[in-house]
Amino acid sequence: MEPVLSVRDLVVEIPTRHGVLRPVDHVSYDLAPGEILGVVGESGAGKSMTGNAVIGLLDRPAHIAGGEILLKGQRIDNLPRSRMRRIRGKEIGMVFQDPLTSLNPLLPIGDQLSETIETHLGVSHSQARRRALAALEEVGIPAAADRLDSYPHEFSGGMRQRVVIALALCAEPSLVIADEPTTALDVSVQAQIIALLKRLCRDHGTSVILVTHDMGVIAEAADRVAVMYAGQLAEIGPVQKVLTTPRHPYTDGLVGSMPANSHGQARLRQIPGTMPRLTAIPSGCAFNPRCPQAQDRCRHDPRPQIENGAACWFPLGEPA
Amino acid sequence: MSMVEIRNLRRTFDVSKPWLNRALERLPKQVLTAVSDVSFDIEAQTVYALVGESGSGKSTIGKILVGLLPPSSGTVRVEDIDLATEADAAVRAELRSNIQMIFQDPFASLNPRWRVRDIIVEPVRARGGDTDGLAEKLLEQVGLSALDAVKFPHQFSGGQRQRICVARALASEPRLIVCDEPTSALDVSVQAQVLNLMSDLKENFGLTYLFISHDLTVVRHMADRIGVLYLGQLVEEADPEALFNAPAHPYTQMLLDAAPALDRFGRDEDPPQGEIPDPINPPTGCPFNPRCALATDLCRIERPEMRSFGTGRVACHHAEQAQAT
Repeated sequence: MEPVLSVRDLVVEIPTRHGVLRPVDHVSYDLAPGEILGVVGESGAGKSMTGNAVIGLLDRPAHIAGGEILLKGQRIDNLPRSRMRRIRGKEIGMVFQDPLTSLNPLLPIGDQLSETIETHLGVSHSQARRRALAALEEVGIPAAADRLDSYPHEFSGGMRQRVVIALALCAEPSLVIADEPTTALDVSVQAQIIALLKRLCRDHGTSVILVTHDMGVIAEAADRVAVMYAGQLAEIGPVQKVLTTPRHPYTDGLVGSMPANSHGQARLRQIPGTMPRLTAIPSGCAFNPRCPQAQDRCRHDPRPQIENGAACWFPLGEPA
Repeated sequence: MSMVEIRNLRRTFDVSKPWLNRALERLPKQVLTAVSDVSFDIEAQTVYALVGESGSGKSTIGKILVGLLPPSSGTVRVEDIDLATEADAAVRAELRSNIQMIFQDPFASLNPRWRVRDIIVEPVRARGGDTDGLAEKLLEQVGLSALDAVKFPHQFSGGQRQRICVARALASEPRLIVCDEPTSALDVSVQAQVLNLMSDLKENFGLTYLFISHDLTVVRHMADRIGVLYLGQLVEEADPEALFNAPAHPYTQMLLDAAPALDRFGRDEDPPQGEIPDPINPPTGCPFNPRCALATDLCRIERPEMRSFGTGRVACHHAEQAQAT
C-alpha cells in the first residue's frame, strides 16, 4: 500500500551567526494510511520542527536544506507558497498544543469552521454551516447547534481542543499533525481527547503524526513510535516493541527514567548529562557522551544509520 | 505531634466584577472557594503529596502553608506555631526561614539579572546571616560546580535551573519544603535527576516535603502519604500502596483510570466523561456527584464527611461500594 506520507532524508537548517544549525538531520519515515505514528523526544530533539517542515510552516530563517517530503506520492517540500496554502488544511490538518492560540478569539467557532469548509471544499455557505454543525457534533460538543455562535473564550480547555480537532478534520484531510495536543489539559480531559482523536482517525482513515513528550500517551494511542534525539531518529518501530524491548540505549534510558518504571526502588534510573545544544552536537553518534555502553567506534565513526529500527552501533538485546 | 497540622482550612477569592458594574447590572458578589474545609497532618521527615487536576486548590494550600496567602478560616500550624495569628515577630521570622518553597517554572522563579550566588544566599542574607562560601557549598550539594556561582541563570538548562532553585531553598537550612510541581516543566530524563536529588537531600538533611503534583506516577514514586483534592476538597487520603491498589473514592478511581500508562498499548475503553465543574457555582452535596456513577440523592444533598477508611481516610457516602467495584 502506498504510504500517505514519505519523509526521505529530511534536513532542516538554520543559518546563524555562529554557523549553520541542524535541528532536523537526515530523518526518514513512512506513514501508512490510517496509521498513528508517535514522535517522542525531549525538548530540542527536533520533533516539532519535523512536523512543521512537513506542513511547510518553518519560521525563517529555518528552511528545508535537503531530502524530500512526499504526500501520496507527490513532492510537497518544493511547492510555491500559494500551492502549499491549498494543501494545508485540505490535505494536512494541524492540531497545536494550546487550543486558545489556534482559534481566532474574535470569530464565533461556527464561522471559523464554515470558512475552512467553504475554502477547501468549495460548497455554499449554508451547506458549509450544516457541515460545521455535523463536525461539532462528531467531536462531542454538547448542544452543538447552540454553540455554533459561541466564541472560543466561552469554551473550557477540553472543549476548545475538540473544536480545534473538528477544524483540523472538517476538510477531510488524509494526514493530521497533532503537536502536543493534550499537554495543556488535565488527565481526565486528556484521556477524552486521545480517545476522540483515535476514533475519528479510524472512522475517516486519516493518518496521524502525534508529537508528544509523554510516553504514556504514545503507548496508548500510537501504532508505531519514532524516538528522536538531537535532531536525528534514534529508534523507530512498533510501539509495544520499542517501549518494552528498546534497542537504542537512549530509548532504554528514557523509558527507564520514568517514575512509573521505578518498581518501588528509592532512586530512579537517570541518564547522565543533558541533550546537547544544536551548536555543539558531539561527533560520531550524538548520544555517545551520555551512553553507558559507548565505545571508540561511537566517538570516531560517522553516526550510525538506522538498521533494524535503531541507529546504534551496538544495539541492546544483541550479542556484541 | 505532627510537624504540620492543617485544620478546616478554607480559602475564598472574591472574583466579582468591579462595584460599578455590579451596581449598574445588579449583579451579586461572586466568591470562588479555592480550598474548602481541608484538614490533614504532615509527619516530620516524610513526603506528603497533594494531587489533583487544575483548579483543585493544591497550589493554594501550598501558598497558605508558606504564608504567601492568609487562610480565610481554619488553622495551619507548623511546629505548633500559626503563622497567621502568631504575635511575636521573631517567632514568625524564625518559622518562615524554616519553610521554603520550590516553584514549577525554573525560568520564571530566578531573577535573570542576579548572579547565581546572590540568588542562592538571598534567604540567608535577608536575615543578616553569614553567607561566606555558602553558595559554593550548596551548588556542589545539588550537583553543580562551585564555579557556577558567578554565572547568570540564562547560562543554565531547565534541569540545572531547578537545581539552583533547590539550592536556594536549602540555604536557610529549612525543615519543611513546599514543592509546587517541581518537575512539571522538565523532560523525563531530567525529571529523574531532580527527583533523585530531592530524595537524597531529604535523607541527608532530614527534610519534610509537601509535594504538589498532577502527575500520579511521580507522586507514587515520591510520597509517603497522598491526599487527593477535587474542587477544593480533600476526597481521599491514603498511603501510596493502598491508594493505587485499592482506591476508595470514585474520583481517585477515575483519575487512575484516565492516567496514561506505559503498559496499556492500544487501549480502547471509554474515557471518563465530563469535566471539573465551575468552582464559582460548585454542585451541592458531594462535589463529584455530577460525574459519579454511584451518585444517589444523598450525594446531591449532603456533603460527605471525611471519615476513616482502612488505613486512610475518604470523603464518600458510598466508599465501601466504590472500592468493591
